[in-house]
Amino acid sequence: MTAALWAVVTGRTDGPLGERSLPSMTPRQAKPIIWLLCLTPLAWLVYRVVSGRLSANPIDDITDFTGQWSLRLLLVSLSVTPIRRLAGWNGIIQWRRLLGLFTFFYVCLHLSTYVVLDQFFDPTSIVADIAKRRYITVGLTGFLILLPLAITSTTGWIRRLGRRWQRLHRFVYLAAVCGVIHLLWIVKGDDLREPALYGSILAVLMAIRAYYWTR
Amino acid sequence: AALANVRKSPLSTTGEKLNPLEDITSYNNYYEFGTDKSDPRANSGRFKPAPWTVKIDGEVGKPGDYTLEDLLQRFPLEERIYRLRCVEGWSMVIPWVGFPLRDLLKVVEPSAKAKFVEFTTVQRPSEMPGLRYPVLEWPYREGLRLDEAQHPLTIMAVGLYGKTLLNQNGAPLRLVVPWKYGFKSIKSIVRIRLTTGQPQTSWNLSAPEEYGFYSNVNPQVDHPRWSQARERRLGEFLRRETLMFNGYGDQVAGLYRGLDLKRNF
Repeated sequence: MTAALWAVVTGRTDGPLGERSLPSMTPRQAKPIIWLLCLTPLAWLVYRVVSGRLSANPIDDITDFTGQWSLRLLLVSLSVTPIRRLAGWNGIIQWRRLLGLFTFFYVCLHLSTYVVLDQFFDPTSIVADIAKRRYITVGLTGFLILLPLAITSTTGWIRRLGRRWQRLHRFVYLAAVCGVIHLLWIVKGDDLREPALYGSILAVLMAIRAYYWTR
Repeated sequence: AALANVRKSPLSTTGEKLNPLEDITSYNNYYEFGTDKSDPRANSGRFKPAPWTVKIDGEVGKPGDYTLEDLLQRFPLEERIYRLRCVEGWSMVIPWVGFPLRDLLKVVEPSAKAKFVEFTTVQRPSEMPGLRYPVLEWPYREGLRLDEAQHPLTIMAVGLYGKTLLNQNGAPLRLVVPWKYGFKSIKSIVRIRLTTGQPQTSWNLSAPEEYGFYSNVNPQVDHPRWSQARERRLGEFLRRETLMFNGYGDQVAGLYRGLDLKRNF
């Protein structure tokens, strides 16, 4: 079962369990699965909104939910390269752009929930928030870093920017740090469980990169 | 269970739409049961609010252990409809049932040295799963100045919507101070101690720059992470202006005459 799944997902039949002659999957076949998986949280949210399953403060629920999935998908996107290195699975690289764009999609949902539902376009209070509240400042910084990365994610831009493209896209690490700090500065009391979890995953992913960079 | 002989109080807030029982019992901050708003309802099933005894001691003439039945027999119950403003920027309107704390304090006879009142929440790790995590300094502690505690608006609540409190709302006995942020209204109280000095409070210990001892609702003094100028009344879409002292300024502003409310936030 594991071997079959491995083969289907990776397109490799010489997987860790060494089984052969299993059906394999090309990136073109894999993409619909990524679409489905990445849209599942949104579908779940829409279902909860429509069926009245949110709490007495639905706007806060939507803000939390879209924020959490932004960070989760960002970490999933950042796992692509480490998995590729560790598992020797080069095919996975072709999913990276789609995962990154879905991350940006959830970030946009998160930001527009704040601007539209939470503040209802109130410019005075939004500007005050950005200036005074450090968790909002750092969150917005993360968004502003991701914005040019999303724009330059097309094949045309990759070609045009050449070597500079990779340098530009390394800023995604900074955006991830912003995301974790954003969460860290929202939690109340001394409840660091969530930011600590996301922060450690990010640290591990960066450590794997550092290992391959310095080798 | 339904509470008998509850009379309406003239001190109730009028002209505001009550939040439905479902809002009040499903959207709670009670970290002893977990930090999500839905946790208190989900995780408080094992909590036993009976039998219940509250110890009253410190600077009082008549210290002692008072059972909930003692209190219910001694003090007539009133319905008090109050706004509740959370420091996180949301609010509700809740029909509490309880009795004035000042009546209880009268019975225990505060000494001339008593200046403050310290309240402590029960600490039962086997019934309160949130206590496993050091989110705050357990047990939860709160405090009031004696004159705040003796104010007619300050009540000990035992119910809401005419029925006994549910565990997620602080059963069986909690404080309600309507002009202060909600976290001051400490739940499931087992100890009331009158003191000469200002008591330590859990939130102030955790983040002193964010949560002051007074924590009066004040739209002019922002919390470092939230503007306090406006609030979302649960059930409404647009935020509304937050009122000074949560709209109870006529009754309570006198308590703070001459006090710099920016410094004493």
